Amino acid sequence: MEETFTQIRLRQKPVHGTVVLKRGFAKMQKGGVIMDVTNVEQAQIAEDAGAVAVMVLDKLPADVRKAGGVARMCDIKIIEEVMDHITIPVMAKCRIGHYMEAKVLESIGVDMIDESEVLTPADEHHHINKWEFTVPFVNGARDLGEALRRIAEGAAMIRTKGEAGTGNVAEAVKHMKAVMGKIRELQKANDEQLLDVAREYKVPFELVKETAKLGRLPVVNFAAGGIATPADAALMMWLGADGIFVGSGIFKSEDPLERGKAIVLATTHWEDPTVVAEASRMVTEKKSMVGVDIKTLKPEQLMQFRGL
Amino acid sequence: MKSLRVGVLGVQGAVSEHVEVVNDTLKIMGINGVCETVKNLNQLKEVDALIIPGGESTTIGRVAKERGLMDEIVRKAKDGTPIFGTCAGLILLAKEVYDLKVGVVRQPLLGLMDIKVVRNAFGRQRESFEVDLNIPVLGEKPFPAVFIRAPVIEKVWGKTKVLAEFEGKIVAAQEENLLVAAFHPELTEDRRLHQYFLKMAL
Repeated sequence: MEETFTQIRLRQKPVHGTVVLKRGFAKMQKGGVIMDVTNVEQAQIAEDAGAVAVMVLDKLPADVRKAGGVARMCDIKIIEEVMDHITIPVMAKCRIGHYMEAKVLESIGVDMIDESEVLTPADEHHHINKWEFTVPFVNGARDLGEALRRIAEGAAMIRTKGEAGTGNVAEAVKHMKAVMGKIRELQKANDEQLLDVAREYKVPFELVKETAKLGRLPVVNFAAGGIATPADAALMMWLGADGIFVGSGIFKSEDPLERGKAIVLATTHWEDPTVVAEASRMVTEKKSMVGVDIKTLKPEQLMQFRGL
Repeated sequence: MKSLRVGVLGVQGAVSEHVEVVNDTLKIMGINGVCETVKNLNQLKEVDALIIPGGESTTIGRVAKERGLMDEIVRKAKDGTPIFGTCAGLILLAKEVYDLKVGVVRQPLLGLMDIKVVRNAFGRQRESFEVDLNIPVLGEKPFPAVFIRAPVIEKVWGKTKVLAEFEGKIVAAQEENLLVAAFHPELTEDRRLHQYFLKMAL
């Protein structure tokens, strides 16, 4: 599964789609903010605000939640139009287990695919085997078991699921703490205990051992699902996130450019409260996205329980 | 001897990877020094050598400019401080930049080095690649080069020297105290390029 850095064989011809390239792509996103957009205009605002990448969707998660019905992959034409107009990477979502949507996205040249619970799952039991793709994948996770299962399936990046489209950071906090807390436990465990964990999670022992040794996930780990303000972003960085996805938070607010800039600033300088305060001053709570209390959602309205 | 302070510009990108590699390389070379992340003006003023890492050049340039870091980097470069730009860092150091697909780029640049750069020159992420590269100044053994949505240098002028080419495209160059690579030496275990840079700082 794991490729070593030291290749004995000389590679005179270029090699594509290696683990180093897929995980390396995600590393280049670290410390940055990836913003959900639905058209070229929003994508350009995101680029101007300092996003490290955009995620192109048909509807923002908050609107997916409102619209109901089946949420699918975005229109290809919109994704292609965005790719033609901005220089930063372009990502797009496919439904969980929808191998063909993923193949389509790969074929048009999307830089990363999010196999996402925000869309309606196409397969209730299986995720895509991501090893056979050249393009890297990001997957959502609520806890360490989910994160490691997705990595074992070939994910090059993990993000918390949070609860998308709510503007409520509570679930993202819960999920990040679950992942980081369990990793701290693993660091103290012996091999036998790690083997039990591997059995419980249904993942290879080597992966559990590597995670324990590194003291972090072996891939980049972003926060997502409910981040709406600069302080939300800084909070997630403080909890150990490598970077931030903002879904509805920016373009469901009334001040997208300023808010985008402010969240980027707070993500870079999360350790310095005076800069987070400066970022917070750039936006006003009156223009923030109106949030949803998770407790008011019915169990079937929660996206985080899709694809475990 | 005074301890060597190496900074990695820490706006965004493969920052921790460079910090780890530099600290490791300092140890290998037996140099008394330390490498740290640089996020603000005071930290930047203190460093004897600077690495601008891979990441998104648009983002790094914008945030660095807003925090007043760009002017200070330009000042340091002109004072002779060694600066190593990898991938995004190469783009930021260039005097001229355009994007293969989009054309004119809307991003702040340091504009220090006599090079013309094409962004996303090989295409998108699926075209990213690894290859063993011949870099004569590092010796005969090829260098494992990781190209991720990489730029290339279309042309160099003035005092800029070409250090490596791949399929006829310039992928590493040096202009006195400025060193650039289109690939990511921080993602491999070969320390020779970082050693080469640290020698520039001694």
